[in-house]
Amino acid sequence: MTPALELAGITKQFGQLLANDRINLSLGRGEVLALLGENGAGKTTLMNILFGHYVADAGSVRVFGRELPKGDPAAAIAAGIGMVHQHFTLAGNLSVLDNITIGTEPLFALRSRRSRARARLHDLARRFGLQVDLDARVADLSVGEQQRVEILKSLFREARILILDEPTAVLTPQESERLFSTLRSMTQEGLSIVFISHKLHEVITHADRVAVLRQGRLVAERPTQGASRAELAELMVGRRVLHPSRTPLPPGRTLLRLQGVSAGSTGQGGLAAVDLDLREREVLAIVGVAGNGQAALSRLLAGLSLPTAGSIEIDGHHLRRVDPSGLQQMGLAHIPEDRHKEGVVSDLQLYENAILERIRDRRFSAFGLLRPRAARAHAATLIEAFDIRGAKPTTRTRLLSGGNMQKLILGRNLIEKPRIIVASQPTRGLDEGAVAEIHRRLLEARSDDAGILLISEDLDEVFRIADRVQVIFRGRLSAPLPIEQTSEAGLGLMMAGEERHEAGTA
Amino acid sequence: MRLERRERVPALALVAAPVAAILAALSLCSILIALAGASVLAAYGTLLNESFGGRLGITETLTRATPLIFTGLAAAVAFRARFWNIGAEGQFYMGAIAVAALGSINFGLSPMMEIPLLLVCGALAGACFIAGPAILKVQFGVDEVVTTLLLNFVAILLVSLLVEGPMRDPLSFGWPQSEPIIDTAVLPHLVERSRLHWGFVLALLAAAAVAFLHARSVFGLSTIAVGLSAPAARHAGIKVERVLIMAALGSGMLAGLGGAVEVMGLKGYVTTDLSPGYGAAGVIVAMLASLNPLGIVPAAVFVAAMFVGADAMARAHGVPSFIADVIVATSLLSMLVALFLAEYRVRR
Repeated sequence: MTPALELAGITKQFGQLLANDRINLSLGRGEVLALLGENGAGKTTLMNILFGHYVADAGSVRVFGRELPKGDPAAAIAAGIGMVHQHFTLAGNLSVLDNITIGTEPLFALRSRRSRARARLHDLARRFGLQVDLDARVADLSVGEQQRVEILKSLFREARILILDEPTAVLTPQESERLFSTLRSMTQEGLSIVFISHKLHEVITHADRVAVLRQGRLVAERPTQGASRAELAELMVGRRVLHPSRTPLPPGRTLLRLQGVSAGSTGQGGLAAVDLDLREREVLAIVGVAGNGQAALSRLLAGLSLPTAGSIEIDGHHLRRVDPSGLQQMGLAHIPEDRHKEGVVSDLQLYENAILERIRDRRFSAFGLLRPRAARAHAATLIEAFDIRGAKPTTRTRLLSGGNMQKLILGRNLIEKPRIIVASQPTRGLDEGAVAEIHRRLLEARSDDAGILLISEDLDEVFRIADRVQVIFRGRLSAPLPIEQTSEAGLGLMMAGEERHEAGTA
Repeated sequence: MRLERRERVPALALVAAPVAAILAALSLCSILIALAGASVLAAYGTLLNESFGGRLGITETLTRATPLIFTGLAAAVAFRARFWNIGAEGQFYMGAIAVAALGSINFGLSPMMEIPLLLVCGALAGACFIAGPAILKVQFGVDEVVTTLLLNFVAILLVSLLVEGPMRDPLSFGWPQSEPIIDTAVLPHLVERSRLHWGFVLALLAAAAVAFLHARSVFGLSTIAVGLSAPAARHAGIKVERVLIMAALGSGMLAGLGGAVEVMGLKGYVTTDLSPGYGAAGVIVAMLASLNPLGIVPAAVFVAAMFVGADAMARAHGVPSFIADVIVATSLLSMLVALFLAEYRVRR
């Protein structure tokens, strides 16, 4: 039997970067293949070539034995390929039904065949466990539901091969389980599935076979049966990564206290009367699914917005008017979630970004005039101390990799010895080596008596470095739990809104 | 074929871009000249000879370049912060009318006092005129493109009202022009028997000052950071609103100064055709220089040369003098393309 999908010799180069290097890969009918690799390994490029968004420099794509024309997404859809992107391609102000049928009907049809579409969708939803309200507005749906709409959209277009790019990145553990059982029921009906991931456990549990990409090359391809996490991690990274380990420390006095703090409008990413206490020598994690108020909390502690109610205290001092430089002077360092948008001005040189937060400091300016030599020396110190690779003080910041950019942002803060560090998704999108490095630095700061508030969506990260954890859901924070008293499943349920007394304990 | 962002923009490309753009514009416009039935080489020869040939040509070109340097700097200072001040024309007129109003009264000051005071007044008048749009922008998010653009008309109508009414020169035989400024307020000539005045030196000093501020001051780095990424600048503790207001006021001051200098050095009085569009041309000058304050001087000289030379070209070869506008406009478009190609490269 011909395989569902065959990629032969796919090569793609972007400037100096070889994103895909002669990749051969095949997908059997009814098979679940996981494409594993770090960010920048070339997974998404490969899938975009397959779907016709990019044109490969060399190589061919065959679907059920027939070669696909290059760079033609319409042909890929017609051949039976469906793609669920990491960032959904849905129109928020349209209904689910409209989103699914849009583009499948002739533009000038006199009447639309809605009732037939509706019946088919009900049938698909029932068969694969993809229940959604077809008349709901997409913007009102949860992320998990929106993903179901995306999958339904592909099935409605009679996809036989479904490609999912990091499908679990935005889901709670329970939603992920549900997604995988849906995928399983689809393969039982003969569909083939490729999902992209960098989460080892879900690859091992849910895929039949795994293909590992590293720096544009296919470095391994094997059945998941009998594969171990450690082995796959090493294949993915190319070397053994030593993760720092957290040693218990006795926490000290309270550094940062939020009492009954509200901000923004609840339900739309705001905060509703949250309490938290951050102490010396601890990492307090705020964990939750994206969009539950983390951004509002982060903005508040960056000094970018004011609470509508409640009080924020630093070292027992009540904060009234806050702004970013005021908080910084009180010893609070903020690592923003979006490195490129808020962390650095990417078109400035590295040394300019190194001093941007302290531009009026006497070390870097006098009488309103900059001291470029001092700034460059400072940047050189940061590059050395924080191992920012391949960079000079005059390098354009845009050219740094994500990991090195994060080291710069973290470094310019840590070198000032802050007492409070608020880090929002500090390792998102970084490769394993950089993740370990960032964690090591944060734990070092913790040993130096700093308190660290870690806002994260990544449970692995939380279990690695947090001492206590609070779950954020719809703008509310749970009571803090010592990390030893929690489990992934328990936190997962709380992230989905279940009460602690039902499910929180391990 | 696809475009790829270059990792580093070679320094040579940044110099080559405006030169290539101007050459491209001149060759494109040679088609128009040929269509008008003139010899392209002879026409361009006349143009160059008129604007750069001899003392008279050069001084005339530099005289025309002076207001363009000021309005070009005004655009660059604002655009660097991404404050789109399209109202340099209005601010230019406000600077001019303020100087004409105060300069025509004899306060009995010496030139050493009178001239700096008038220049300050002109700059302040320009700054006042942009303060409204700047405050509306940072307080309420009102689009500054619209407000500054529309205030141009307000400025010109206001000047028209003044020069036809209360400020009209009684000795002007009914022409709508203001009373001339007194002798102690006039900027001295730079070159004898030419119209070139000390305003040109002031323009050069202004360009050097802006270049220094951009490269070396806290304010300059803050402005550039705000322009490149306001969210990141705000996160780094830079007071974005304050920087925007400062950049806008600086821009208005430079444009107002341009108007003041034009009256004090060249015209001596204000009419409603004091500026043949120096505000808009300033935007072109700034873009040709890719907002680099020092590049603005040669860019302004180029634009001025086109305007100075075009009349002679029209007289000698029968080519419509509007060709100057076409050349300047085409060179702006070519410059945008050239800058793009400097930043990106084309790959198969």
